[in-house]
Amino acid sequence: MSTQKGREITIRVLKFNPRSKVSKPHYVEYKLEETPGMTLFIALTYIRENLDADLSFDFVCRAGICGSCGMVVNGKPTLACRTLIANYPDGVLTLLPMPAFELIKDLSVNTGKWMDGMSKRVESWIISDHQVDISKLEDRIDPDVANDTFELDRCIECGICVASCGTMLMRPNFVGPVGLNRVARFEIDPHDKRTADDFYELIGDDDGIFGCMSLMACEDHCPKHLPLQNKIAYLRRKLVALR
Amino acid sequence: MKINYCDALVIGGGLAGLRAAVATQKKGLSTIVLSLVPVKRSHSAAAQGGMQASLGNAKMSDGDNEDLHFADTVKGSDWGCDQEVARMFVTTAPKAIRELASWGVPWSRVKAGTHEAVINAKKTTITEDEDRHGLITSRDFGGTKKWRTCYTADATGHTMLFGVANEALKHDVDIRDRKEAISIIHENGRCFGAVVRDLITGELEAYVAKGTCIATGGYGRIFKQTTNAVICEGIGAAIALETGVATLSNMEAVQFHPTPIVPSGILLTEGCRGDGGVLRDVDGHRFMPDYEPEKKELASRDVVSRRMIEHIRNGKGVPSPYGFHVWLDISILGREHIERNLRDVQEICQIFNGIDPADEGPKGWAPVLPMQHYSMGGIRTKPTGESTRLSGLFACGEAACWDMHGFNRLGGNSVSETVVAGMIIGNYFADYCLANDVTIPTSTIQRFVDEQDQYLNEILAYNGKEDIFKIKNRMKALMDEKVGIFRTGGPLAEAVEELKELLQKTKHITVKSKERAGNPELEEAYRVPKMLKIALCVAKGARDRTESRGAHYREDFLKRDDANWMKRTLCTWPNKDDIEPTLEYADLDIMKMEMPPAFRGYGAKGMIIENELSATRQNEVDSIREKMEAEGKDRFEIQEALMHFDLPMNYKEKNERAGDK
Repeated sequence: MSTQKGREITIRVLKFNPRSKVSKPHYVEYKLEETPGMTLFIALTYIRENLDADLSFDFVCRAGICGSCGMVVNGKPTLACRTLIANYPDGVLTLLPMPAFELIKDLSVNTGKWMDGMSKRVESWIISDHQVDISKLEDRIDPDVANDTFELDRCIECGICVASCGTMLMRPNFVGPVGLNRVARFEIDPHDKRTADDFYELIGDDDGIFGCMSLMACEDHCPKHLPLQNKIAYLRRKLVALR
Repeated sequence: MKINYCDALVIGGGLAGLRAAVATQKKGLSTIVLSLVPVKRSHSAAAQGGMQASLGNAKMSDGDNEDLHFADTVKGSDWGCDQEVARMFVTTAPKAIRELASWGVPWSRVKAGTHEAVINAKKTTITEDEDRHGLITSRDFGGTKKWRTCYTADATGHTMLFGVANEALKHDVDIRDRKEAISIIHENGRCFGAVVRDLITGELEAYVAKGTCIATGGYGRIFKQTTNAVICEGIGAAIALETGVATLSNMEAVQFHPTPIVPSGILLTEGCRGDGGVLRDVDGHRFMPDYEPEKKELASRDVVSRRMIEHIRNGKGVPSPYGFHVWLDISILGREHIERNLRDVQEICQIFNGIDPADEGPKGWAPVLPMQHYSMGGIRTKPTGESTRLSGLFACGEAACWDMHGFNRLGGNSVSETVVAGMIIGNYFADYCLANDVTIPTSTIQRFVDEQDQYLNEILAYNGKEDIFKIKNRMKALMDEKVGIFRTGGPLAEAVEELKELLQKTKHITVKSKERAGNPELEEAYRVPKMLKIALCVAKGARDRTESRGAHYREDFLKRDDANWMKRTLCTWPNKDDIEPTLEYADLDIMKMEMPPAFRGYGAKGMIIENELSATRQNEVDSIREKMEAEGKDRFEIQEALMHFDLPMNYKEKNERAGDK
């Protein structure tokens, strides 16, 4: 093992327990030594095990796949597991929970509840009256169309686009970029038999596709680099043409 | 006391649990799924490479069928699996994938015309026929006869999980996340649900159901170096063990994956090697052909993992601040292929290691080292998924040992197992819930809730010098050092002794905050003793199994010992105050096997102590086959004569294939 001492870094965390009568939002600073390749997953785990066992945060895959660990790092919503400390030259990282979601405690927010609501609202599943016999050959799908569907299916529902969204601040009922992406995804999936009219019923209002102000922070921050801008513009043109 | 009643309770919201929940909900049962995390964040999402199903659509998988998939699975298991279960699995897998397609999983498809692939480090041109265009395609994985692994780029688990989770929402399955089952409610050999802690409010609730299905995944986090998500702590298996009635099986069977990236342990999919990536040593030399001339990088995972460590021991590892490793080179696949089919792999390399694996030459090589990856062991069940000893308790997916992987699992068979087991066991589980009533007094439920309530208070009142995080980290290090890829009697015995000490130390801790909610240290304090019990099952099982089989490799007992060890290990924890599990063994019946034990086709030859019944059964199998073939019987009739198996629904129907004559 390398014995070279790493630099001292500072992690500032907004701590708050909304379920406690005495807790008030306040910053706590932790100082620790940076190790090679240190991510916020490694740093926060170290802090919990050695400096503050009470600190709450969420990680599951720690590999940028599951979308659990969205938080605001120095003003930008991002996945904490993929945040390398080395990318912060002054070694100071200020962490806040993502806005727009119900706060559970400290850095932990309830994205799951929000996403389930969104999924039900846009009926984020295949709708078709075609009866499939699973013992028989599957329906043929053009490989390029399957690939296009996959490109949008890559969304991990981390909530970073929602936390980045200006419309969300003004319209709490906004379906969010993630919801619009889900609609775009099912719109191109040949298994789904819904028409543009059906989708209009779901998102054809100011809480849906017409609420987006095109500030595009969603796409800027999306850790999966989804083409949100194009897809939202496409849906808006398509649905506005219906009325 | 709050009691939540439902017909079917599913603990665990990954692919297996959600698919089982769809099965029960579709049969009209009110179904609740409990999950530690929002279900779409489950560890199932991390499966990159793909799902095995013998569709036989693509050129390189033409001619594939259930028989070949069965043989690969049994060989892969090193004859440790339940062959009846393996048959159930291979028959249902093509149906599972076709069902998932109809649920919107955007499987990569066959494209007619020519495309280039790297096979054995050489560029090869493959031509796909026009009549297969648009069908689900597949890639190569280790240990399989045909290219059988269906995929969506390298995000297969993610797309499958979203497909199944959305389908569960569509059918109004009641999904409740941030809920942790911490104890099983049972009486007179029957399970009635669980005591559940709400991870937001800290409140204890009872969930009471006609049947309970545990689908909580594996126990990789008892090891330090693991590809598993941080929630894979084996708590589901542990609460089953803590009933003192249900058994865990083959817990020593732990798989190590050859190619997690160093040091983070994030997995680079087997698809890397399946698509033609190679392993290189400190000199840049491709070393696998030296050890495994036939299968090379695509030998079974346990074999490749051991060969890598062996090569490092031979002085050919690459030194690093994190110890020695070898290189994975996928640059030979070409940038276009990587950016289309291995994008997550590329991103992981870029973000966590600052490497672009598409860069040619040493610049693009990724440092890899075998790490814990998969738990073949789990809650022992019958082929229907029901616990062999605790009625009404079912298990499926990685948490279960029903048992199709035996002592080693093939890549692509686990993510496949999750949905297939969810379909099969979900239906048997539903039938159980339809046929049985809840017959438990509320006073009994109260007793189980009170017991957990008191236990949590007891933990908060502990006043000792030990630190729960240090105990956990010591356990993890110990498991890596002494219960890892290479195992020997002495260190295994030491591990068992130290784990027992660690378990006792968990009562001599102090939890600093006394809050019942939002207290991560309290959560560690009740989870770590459960993890230590699982670790003890693994270590003691490994200590006592004096042979090498599949992933269980004893340097002091190098041979697979069919004469003495055609056995399944069973662990119980009969008394609450025990500090180690009780082990028993159940025989695997060679005379009922469709495929009696033989050589696996990779790894060293002549390393088997044979069981005389193997030859007897093989003769029997050969003569049945010969006779029936002469009578013109087809492969299905012959299979039925060799080993009967059942399936629910219409899952035993023949799978149609494009290549059918």
